[in-house]
Amino acid sequence: MMRRVYCDTRKCLSCSTCEIACALRHSPGDDLVQTLQGGFDAVPLVRVRQGPLGPVFLRCHHCEDAACIDACKTGAMFRDPETGKVLIEQRKCVGCWMCVMVCPFGAVFPVESSGTAMKCDLCDGYDAPACVAACPTGALHFEEFEDFETRYRAQIPVGAWCTEQGT
Amino acid sequence: MAKQLTYADPASREMVKRAAAEDIETVWDRYEAMQPQCGFGTLGICCRICAMGPCRIDPFGGGPQTGICGANADTIAARNIARMIAGGAAAHSDHGRDIVHTLMMAAEDPKSDYQIKEEKKLKTTARTYGIETNGRQNSEVARDLAKAALEEFGRQTGDMTMPSRTPKARQALWRELGIMPRAIDREVVELMHRTTMGVDNDFRNIMKEGLRTAIADGWGGSMIATEFSDILFGSPNPLRSKANLGVLSKDQVNILVHGHEPTLSDVMAAVSRDKRLIERAEEKGAKGINIAGICCTANEILMRRGIPLAGNFLQQELALITGAVELMVVDVQCLMPALASVSRCFHTKLVTTSPKAKMPGVEHIEFHEDAAVRIATEILENAIDNFPNRNGKRVHIPKDTEQLVAGFTPESVFNILGGTYRGTYRPLNDAIIAGRLRGAAGVIGCSNPNVEYEEAHIKMVKELIKNDTIVVTTGCNAISCAKHGLLKPEAAFEHAGKGLQEVCGAVGIPPILHVGSCVDNSRILMTLTNIVSEGGLGDDISDLPVAGAAPEWMSEKAVAIGFYMVASGVYTTIGHPLPMMGSRNLHTYLTEGIEQEVGGKWAFELDPVEAAHKMLRHIDSKRRALKLKPLIYEQAFTPGE
Repeated sequence: MMRRVYCDTRKCLSCSTCEIACALRHSPGDDLVQTLQGGFDAVPLVRVRQGPLGPVFLRCHHCEDAACIDACKTGAMFRDPETGKVLIEQRKCVGCWMCVMVCPFGAVFPVESSGTAMKCDLCDGYDAPACVAACPTGALHFEEFEDFETRYRAQIPVGAWCTEQGT
Repeated sequence: MAKQLTYADPASREMVKRAAAEDIETVWDRYEAMQPQCGFGTLGICCRICAMGPCRIDPFGGGPQTGICGANADTIAARNIARMIAGGAAAHSDHGRDIVHTLMMAAEDPKSDYQIKEEKKLKTTARTYGIETNGRQNSEVARDLAKAALEEFGRQTGDMTMPSRTPKARQALWRELGIMPRAIDREVVELMHRTTMGVDNDFRNIMKEGLRTAIADGWGGSMIATEFSDILFGSPNPLRSKANLGVLSKDQVNILVHGHEPTLSDVMAAVSRDKRLIERAEEKGAKGINIAGICCTANEILMRRGIPLAGNFLQQELALITGAVELMVVDVQCLMPALASVSRCFHTKLVTTSPKAKMPGVEHIEFHEDAAVRIATEILENAIDNFPNRNGKRVHIPKDTEQLVAGFTPESVFNILGGTYRGTYRPLNDAIIAGRLRGAAGVIGCSNPNVEYEEAHIKMVKELIKNDTIVVTTGCNAISCAKHGLLKPEAAFEHAGKGLQEVCGAVGIPPILHVGSCVDNSRILMTLTNIVSEGGLGDDISDLPVAGAAPEWMSEKAVAIGFYMVASGVYTTIGHPLPMMGSRNLHTYLTEGIEQEVGGKWAFELDPVEAAHKMLRHIDSKRRALKLKPLIYEQAFTPGE
């Protein structure tokens, strides 16, 4: 089974550190300051947004039945046969935005500077997704769905609180 | 999706719809866009004080439990709260400082645009400072008084003088606890020192200096602002006026004053009556000049001159969106930077006047007290000359206004109670002792888009007056009450319990008394002190059957006010909690432990009716402790105890 990024929203504090880490990973700059000063594009490919019951972590689900692959007229959007990841071959993308429109999660983004679509690639080529490593509360997990489900059913520590020092 | 207000006054609801229709962004749109807001910030466990950081504590226990320096959540949260107190105290006190300087100017220059209007308040305030008044000119007394007040800010030895007005028991308690403030600026500086990297690491100790700084505000900077404004501009007396956006005129030059210091707004109001300016307005096709106010400065000129209230903090953009404002003049505090872009959607001129509060791209006409009338005239001329630019087709003034009564102060309201010749609190104390009144509550504070606009303010005050608890109000809450018709004496017969109705009917007051601007929360402190000295209700403010609330708070100033109320022994409840919930120990201390020390504590309750009930339970417990008579009339809310 394929590993994907799952968010335990009970631990999400909407700090958006995941967005920053993702944007940095996918931009030519080396660090945050360099990226901003160098005027490089830094588009986060995951988003933290407000849902009706709390924060929602929006990202590509690398769907088994991917609407974006069906919609793509050039074959730029494809599934890697080895890893199962849904990826975009940038040089084939003509920027028609069909994938942007059909994604039910809004997880594909039109990027103006390149004129192509971009989305989460599960940090293809890296050891682990940047967002997962960056999350300060450990709300994000890179694992198979069954493992996440087990984890999600477990209790998490309630309340935020430090024990009193010295007593 | 544009926000629809569901509880607020009809004018605000209408204007928010208009803003959406015209595609003009308001504070509610920006609030939605900011969601979800960062939980580390909300919980108070984000620390940016040094460059080893920024640090954050993982509230779920998985990640770091201390910052890089080793500070835990208690320290980090306490430091953050302390700096909010410092900010709020600084704002109120700097305002006070400006008023003192103005009195000095009035004392030294007989040709000054500012004069001593209230000799009585000059003398009583001089008495607090041990300044001789017999046989001396007002200007001499004023000079000595201004000098003494300025010393309150910077003295390096001894303690502040103004807090000597508190009940003796309270002063003794503060000395025992080591929180009697020494000097206003000093406490703010020390609080900033203690909260910088590597200084105070004990959350209780940090809060102790926080309390002291807050006292230096309430019984210092703010009280000085109130008293000295009364000396310069007159001590308020009950008067009638109107509130809400409908006070804007379709055929007069509309000028809004917004901000805080009456040194600007009072002069603007006075100069607006200049015949030459009125003629100029008529030449431009207007029927006259109409001044109205937003926020605290509005309350200042309302209390003393009866100038109508246009709106409060969350209506500052909406007022401009009427398209009917020729000029909005601002000084300091609570000014949204968004005013610049909203004003550019219309012919409206926005003018900043304080060197402390500039906005990029916005015209700045610097206001100097030594040329007050000249500069106010220039600003008014600018407004008048802008009248022909008003686009009639884009004007949309809601017709809603409400009548109100304001102008209550510790002096004026109790002159009413005692009769023309002698102000006395006896009837008030007797009413509480006899059980006709259950108690008193101060419901004050800002508006915030993080709650439904005005719902908490209005529901809370209605629940309190329904239960025979007289309410005093200031600031934006007062403006909300005004807009909902609750500052009219008749409101007692619609909304108040029988006991409160009787008091209101006998004396001719509304059930909710507008006592002024946010620095005028110091009037509440003096009222509580006077109630204690009148006798029969204990020896200290913490004995009184009273409670305070700021249900829709927004500003650091509200944090400072809450802390000085708690420090003075008042149970204080707010809606959204202080941003420190990431520290259980600090939360427990502020809502429980601190009461053992100062006799007051914080409570956090989002539901306004439930919050009112908490206040009533507290009031009832004070009644029991004082062994007061049972309440004369059956109450709507009777907790089972």
